[in-house]
Parts: sequence; structure tokens; C-alpha cells
Amino acid sequence: MKTLFERSVAGRHCSILPECDVPVRTPEHTRTQPLHLPELSETDISRHYTELAKQTFGVNDGFYPLGSCTMKYNPKVNEQAASLEGFAEVHPLQDHVQGCLEVLATAEKYLCEITGMNAMTFQPAAGAHGELTGLMLIKRYHEKHGNTARTKIIVPDSAHGTNPASSAMCGFTVVNIPSAEDGCVDLDRLREACGEDTAGLMLTNPNTLGIFDKHIREITDIVHEAGGLCYYDGANLNAVMGIARPGDMGFDCIHLNLHKSFSTPHGGGGPGSGPVGCKSFLEAYLPGEKVVFENGEYRWQERGEESIGAVRGFHGNFLVVVKALTYLLTLGREGVPAVAENAVLNANYLKHLLEGTYDVTNKGVCMHEFVLTLEGMKKETGVSAMDIAKALQDYGMHPPTMYFPLNVHEALMVEPTETESKETLDAAAAAFLEIYEKAKADPEAMHHTPLHSPITRPDEVKAARHPVLRYRFDD
Amino acid sequence: MNTPKELKYAKTHEWVRFTSETECEVGLSDFAQDALGDLVFVNLPEVDAEAVKDETICDVESVKAVSDVYAPVNGTVSEVNEELLDSPELINNDPYGAWLFRLKDVSGAEDLLDAEAYEKVCAEEEH
Repeated sequence: MKTLFERSVAGRHCSILPECDVPVRTPEHTRTQPLHLPELSETDISRHYTELAKQTFGVNDGFYPLGSCTMKYNPKVNEQAASLEGFAEVHPLQDHVQGCLEVLATAEKYLCEITGMNAMTFQPAAGAHGELTGLMLIKRYHEKHGNTARTKIIVPDSAHGTNPASSAMCGFTVVNIPSAEDGCVDLDRLREACGEDTAGLMLTNPNTLGIFDKHIREITDIVHEAGGLCYYDGANLNAVMGIARPGDMGFDCIHLNLHKSFSTPHGGGGPGSGPVGCKSFLEAYLPGEKVVFENGEYRWQERGEESIGAVRGFHGNFLVVVKALTYLLTLGREGVPAVAENAVLNANYLKHLLEGTYDVTNKGVCMHEFVLTLEGMKKETGVSAMDIAKALQDYGMHPPTMYFPLNVHEALMVEPTETESKETLDAAAAAFLEIYEKAKADPEAMHHTPLHSPITRPDEVKAARHPVLRYRFDD
Repeated sequence: MNTPKELKYAKTHEWVRFTSETECEVGLSDFAQDALGDLVFVNLPEVDAEAVKDETICDVESVKAVSDVYAPVNGTVSEVNEELLDSPELINNDPYGAWLFRLKDVSGAEDLLDAEAYEKVCAEEEH
């Protein structure tokens, strides 16, 4: 499709501004060259964006099993709550707006109960921002205790790529430890890695292979005994929320992805929200202000000198918290664990349908997601995980996460979430199985899929090596 | 898979070519470039940076993922192959010609593998 610049016709415009009724003055430093703006009518603009919208694919379009991203359906009631005037029309500098403060206080209370934490900040804008914030708490804790030699963060190789990145960003040295044969943390390697230079451990549990680490208490004990703290990456909370709590597993601080587990829009539909929760002994270091309830009203309170300071303006993406709280209130105490149970059930059902044909890395029961490896297929036929992912698009599905986790070759990571019906999972499995047969019968054809999407196979290598990052005008 | 006999290798898939007793070139093995897929970006170390054996020294990005490159020996970076910055595909096309960086004052080369031992490591990873 054409870009706005290609649609532009000189002299065309849409008159949306009334004529100027104040004297026009020309400032001293006026631009002499005309701005390169596209010239379009309102019809052109409207059609352009409608055409773009038609090319997107979201959870409202179809099945979206993007592993570790928890692309669940976003209930419309969340949007309704967030668009209430009392939430949508407030300014963060308005003093102590009771309803808004109550939302934050209530969301903090519920999310602390779900995670086993004692306090939470809603400032971080998304997951990786939450990771950085959590690591800053760990760093501040060690600084306050004179542990200046604690400079290393241990990250298992099954971790999300953001974990080592956030650690490095926070000034820590990353120590990578390989997983054991069963996909869990290798306890011996963890013990070897722990020492007087250990600042902490970052762990996702269940991990990216969809395995709940059976040694979880032992893991956090080993790190604590070495003097480090334990950080829980909440990306995969959907598998355990309302059932097992990171706080009880021995974690000291966590981040949540409200845009994953708590049904607020994700990706291009965001923004996200990555609240960070912690145990009481870290609370003083949290960023931003805290909401307190005194003498019958809510008000903001400074956190004090030990705080790491603000990590974002005001109170984070407040309306996202409104949506997440709406979700929690809709589900209630019984609904939250039911989400986790159904997420795990759906993943196991789909895994069961595929594992007779595809090579699944989890042999037993998985949690909310599972990983296929196309290594054998690639060796035999030359058809890669990428080819399979591309082919799925022709079945009206978003592809799963590809080439992740890194410790599995030719990986496809599938997370169906709890909001998909049995019919959807059956149809997805049928698509996977049909593609498998096609790949065996005609491998060459697979390299040219998808055939029915707006674009078919972009040259990914060229796109990455020589990206065109802006429109080039003829002059 | 091509594994030249005259080179030494690290388990982490870097090759080492000694140009004198204390100087060497380091690159990525054929096995590594094949597993990584098409390389699209190379992040080279700085000249004078200290290479510590088995620790990350730079990284490469392929269409699949970003991967760390480990220093196969101790030493000091004396030169980096800037040609790779614009043409990372050289690593795919000619892995043993496309050196990443050169090291001086090299030590700790005792544990490096010869071609035969390295091929065994690759075969195990392949299984």
C-alpha cells in the first residue's frame, strides 16, 4: 500500500481550522524551507488509516498463541470503566482525587495478595521497566547494607531476554547459568555461581519452557544463604495466579505485566503497565509516592529519602491500572485461580493434540505454554520453525513466538491462554497438523508461505541489514 | 561443516588463529554461523579492551537472536575488523576469513581444542 507521502497531491488539504482572527506576526527565526508534509483530503487520510487497520492482526481478529506474551482477550468492560469521566478526565496534579487513589490502593492490595508481596508501585510503564525498577531496589538494598562487592545478577539461560538486558542496564554483571536436563535450574551450577559477589537472581517461574521449577524453594534459599536477593519475573504469572504466590516461593521483589496476566491491551494496543511489588524490607526504596488511608480519606505520601526516586512521571499508566482492577473485580477470588487453571488446561489440551506429530520439549504436563522444536523437521526437509510460523498465517492465526527460548533449537513457543474455546484450539491443532503434512510432502512450497496475507515473505535479512528508516523525498 | 585443522577452537564456537606466540585472530566457526543463521549486526569490542577468557567480549545479531561472543583466551584487543560493521554477511560467507578482532599479550590458550575435539563438541550439540 502507499504511504501518506505517496498519496499526497500538491495543494490538496482538509480545512479543519477556522480562519485566523488575530493579527499574524512573523517571528524572527522563521523557517524558510516549506515543511515536507503530505497534502491530503480528510477522505484520503481516513482511507489510509482504515487500510492500515485492516492489515493488523490482534486478539480481536483471531487466535494469537504468542508464547510468554499471554495474548488473552481484553474484556470490553475494562474499557468502559477506564472511560468513566472521573478516571479519564482527571489530571495527575489534581490533589488527592479520592476515587483514583482508591483504585490504586485497592489494586495494590489485591495484587499484593495475589503475589505474596507487601507493597507495590505502579510507576513502571511495562515489564522491562519493572525489571529495571526491581533491580534498582536490589541495588539500593545492597548499597544501604554496605555490600559494595555484590555486583552480579544470576540469570538462567531459560530467562526472558530482557532479564540480562535489565541487569546490565542497572550496572550489574550478568552471570548466565545453564538449565539442567529437565529444563529446571541446575542447582549445582547455581551453588557454584553464588558467592560474595552475588547481588541476586532473576527467575521466571514457570519458565519459558512452561515448567514450574520443582526446586523453587531450594533455589531461593541458596541465593538467600549467599546473601543475594531473589527477583521474580511475573511474565508467566498467568499460569499460577491465585494458586501459588511468588512471595511464598521466597522471592523478595517482582514485576507484573498488567498487559499480560491482567487483560489490559498489549503490544500496539497498549500502553503497558509493569507494577513492581516487594517485601516490607524493600518498601522504603520503592519509587514514586504511596497512597495512604488516614482519617477517612486517601492521600499521597512521599516515600522518603531512601526511595530510588521516580522512574516515571506521576503514577504510571493509571488508566491501565483501572482496567486491570476492573478485571480483578470481575473475576473475584474464585475467578483468578480459575484463569490459571484454564490457561494450563488449554495449553495441555493443545499440546496433547500436537505431541503425536510434533516434537514437544515438555514430556510431562506443562503449565500455561509449551515449546515445539522443529530441529528434526529442518534436518530432514529443510523446513524451519520460521516456515511453519509463516504458514500458520494462512490459517488466520498469529504465529507463536519463534526461536525462543534460546536453549531450544528451531523453537516455537505456544501459549493459547484461557480465553480460547475448545473449538479454536481444535482448529489451531488441525492447522498445525495439516501444515506438518504439507511440509513433509512439499518442503519447497513451505518456503513461500504465507500466500494470503497482506505481505508474503519480506526479505528479513535485507530488512535487518539495510533498514529503510525514513521516507526519502525526491528533492 | 568446515573445521580447518590449523586453527584452535573454544567450546563456545570461536576459532583462534595464532599469528605469533602471543598474538591471535578470533572469529566464529562455520558451525556457529550456520546455527546462528544470517548475521545482520556485529557489535565489536573496543581496541585496548581486556579479553578475559570465557567471558563475554562482544555480540552478534542474526535474524534469530542476539548472541554473545566469548573471549577464547586472555589478552588485549589490538585491532577490530571494522569491515564487518557494514558487511556482517562476510561471517556467513567466509567464517574463517572474517576475523572479529585481534588480540595481543595472549595467555590461557592451553584449554583450546583442536579441530578434531571441536568437531566432537559440535556433534554432541547436534544430537
